[in-house]
Amino acid sequence: MTSIRIIRLLALLCALQVPSLLAQEAQPLQPNAAVEVQVERLSTQLRCLVCQNQTIADSHAELAQDLKQEIREMAAKGMTDQAIIDYLVVRYGDFVRYKPPFNPATSLLWLGPFGLLLAGAIGLFTMLRRRQKMTADVPLTADEARQVSELLK
Amino acid sequence: MIPEIGHFSLILALLVALVLGSFPIIGAARGNAVWMGLAKPLARVQFILIALAFLCLVYAFAFMDYSVLYVANNSNSKLPLQFRIAAVWGGHEGSLLLWALILSIWTVAVSLFSKHIPDDMRARILGVMGLVSVGFLLFMLMVSNPFERLIPAALDGRDLNPLLQDPGMIFHPPMLYMGYVGFSVAFAFSIAALLGGQLDAAWARWSRPWTILAWIFLTVGIMAGSNWAYYELGWGGWWFWDAVENASFMPWLVGTALIHSLAVTEKRGSFKAWTVLLAICAFSLSLLGTFLVRSGVLTSVHAFATDPRRGIFILAFLVIVIGGSLLLFAWRASTVGRGGKFDVISRESFLLANNVLLAVAALSVLLGTLYPLFLDALNLGKISVGPPYFDAVFAPLMAPAIFLMGVGPIARWKEAALPELALRLRWAFGISLATAVILPLMLGNLTPMIGLGLFLAFWVFASSAELVYQRLAKSDLPLLGRIKANSRAWWGMVIAHLGIAVFVLGVTIVKGFESEIAVKMLPGDVAHLAGYDFTFDGVVDRIGPNYQASHGQIHVTKNGVLRTILEPEKRLYTVTNMPMTEAGISPHLLHDLYASLGEPLEGGAWSVRIYHKPMVEWIWFGCLMMAFGGFLALADKRYRLKRRAPSKEVKSSQQPKNSKKAKV
Repeated sequence: MTSIRIIRLLALLCALQVPSLLAQEAQPLQPNAAVEVQVERLSTQLRCLVCQNQTIADSHAELAQDLKQEIREMAAKGMTDQAIIDYLVVRYGDFVRYKPPFNPATSLLWLGPFGLLLAGAIGLFTMLRRRQKMTADVPLTADEARQVSELLK
Repeated sequence: MIPEIGHFSLILALLVALVLGSFPIIGAARGNAVWMGLAKPLARVQFILIALAFLCLVYAFAFMDYSVLYVANNSNSKLPLQFRIAAVWGGHEGSLLLWALILSIWTVAVSLFSKHIPDDMRARILGVMGLVSVGFLLFMLMVSNPFERLIPAALDGRDLNPLLQDPGMIFHPPMLYMGYVGFSVAFAFSIAALLGGQLDAAWARWSRPWTILAWIFLTVGIMAGSNWAYYELGWGGWWFWDAVENASFMPWLVGTALIHSLAVTEKRGSFKAWTVLLAICAFSLSLLGTFLVRSGVLTSVHAFATDPRRGIFILAFLVIVIGGSLLLFAWRASTVGRGGKFDVISRESFLLANNVLLAVAALSVLLGTLYPLFLDALNLGKISVGPPYFDAVFAPLMAPAIFLMGVGPIARWKEAALPELALRLRWAFGISLATAVILPLMLGNLTPMIGLGLFLAFWVFASSAELVYQRLAKSDLPLLGRIKANSRAWWGMVIAHLGIAVFVLGVTIVKGFESEIAVKMLPGDVAHLAGYDFTFDGVVDRIGPNYQASHGQIHVTKNGVLRTILEPEKRLYTVTNMPMTEAGISPHLLHDLYASLGEPLEGGAWSVRIYHKPMVEWIWFGCLMMAFGGFLALADKRYRLKRRAPSKEVKSSQQPKNSKKAKV
């Protein structure tokens, strides 16, 4: 009676040990690696619509997972990045993409930084030119020089 | 009773701030020494009153007074004490109180360490800080009172957002606010200079350490926040261009421009008006950032409408502070003078070009952050502006800035010669260009972005090496003597610049060479990534103070040798019913191994994400180097001497003032 119990227990223990003894290879969550690369690339550019401010790659929300699954199915069908984004924009609007499209409403957004840079460069250039034309430094008077040295002591 | 004491001392603090913001400034204009003399004691009284209010709120949190609305909304009886205290700044009202407290700390600090500053200027500086304080205290008392009662009291609190229940919450916000609010000192110095018409090298020397100190806090604060996001959010990102992050990054960019511009103002007397403008902008962006984050306008423009009083107050306050100071600038900037002459090719012009790039970068971040709000407000549709936009805009602006960083410190003041610069930097240029091509080829991934990032990082390394070599090779002293022959401020600059290079290197390597896998793991399963074997040991249940956790264990081997054990955790916070992931991270100088638990699957398996992140720690280490560089600059002799010999300083600062009056 007791020996049977012990054998049973040993058998059970063996059965439990089996996985760790064999050290199985972990299976990828998604079988198709090529599709997954595309899904990852796309999901870092798309917004989780119910989250505060997260891409669907980053979000653990259910909607984000569903959306990711949807993208995966489209990617598996061989759709291009652009086709998938277009499809999602039709359904959810431009809000879904973190890279806003270029259109009249967003032209200021896209051109603004370069406009600012241009303005900065022109301002810098004219300012430097003006500086260069300035007459030479007026030398400090003896009194001023003394003040400066005292202030900076 | 205790919350009422807090409320009452806030009211008293407002009255004190009103006096502090008016009499000393008027006194300085009229030469009334008694009115000016009020500034110092009032700054201290204000600090004591706000600190008392703050302690009352801490008390309400620590002793779980759920008859206070703010406490009931942001805490819970099961929350551990350290998080109950950190929860003081976990919401809108409390973080405003922290803001006001830190402002009063800076105000007191200025009143304590300003013996060498002329009386009228000190009075103006403290007065301006008092005026800012008036705005915040009024805002709190009118529409965001942290001491508002909840009657009948709640049985228990709604708990702090689980995302915030982390040691990061204890350090990150106070650090960040020390930085944000610290720019109020530079702002106050600038307004005082505009009001008084005095902006000289001495002014720059006085305001410089304050600005650097604030910048150090902001740098460390942003770094701490980025590191917190890295381990808390569970997918190994460290910067998301989120509006909240942008809100802290914009003042940092402008503040960085400001400390450089101040250096020129002190050393060469140039850039005066520009320095003042940058100081105004840095603080304005801090204010804007605080309110953007705190008003809820970011989630939706319509959050503004849920409590229009708050929104209108915020808008009015911003218009008064920013508009008022810019008007003052436009009116008085010509009085501060324009400084010495310099050539198109000179250290001044390189620094100015860098300043322009930093300012344009800050404005572009502002544009990207506010644009969706404007479109939404104008009913032109809802858009999202995220990482793809900011990366596209930011990299082209920063690349030339970092390139100039290598040239600027080597160029001469006033007039530099391009051929000489090219001669001195030719080796640095060659080495960095070669590294940028060869290294990625060896590592097996050469893209334009990786090449550019490596080039910039090694460009800064190599040009800094050239700079240090030239400085140290010149003299006959022993090495230690040669090191000491250069000022700490100069070494600070070198180390901060190297910090940028370390940061850029980390960003480039991790972006270019990180790898990840998502696998289904049963206990005993092995996954492989970057030459390591990750064996899943299974998950055990753990009970935390206010959460239930599934605590996983993964042991990592390489060629059969145990390297490290990762312990990712999945938590469910019971009060808010929110799941959280705690990543299991093994940090290493050359690469982090990072694992996070996903969902439990059928049959006792778990979905697990494993990341290999090469050199990711360099990102934060680079930030710490920048902060350390700032610290060295702060420890420079010329600032320390002042504190050691205050009596002499008072004399020397008064004499010129008298002689100036005599001249007038």
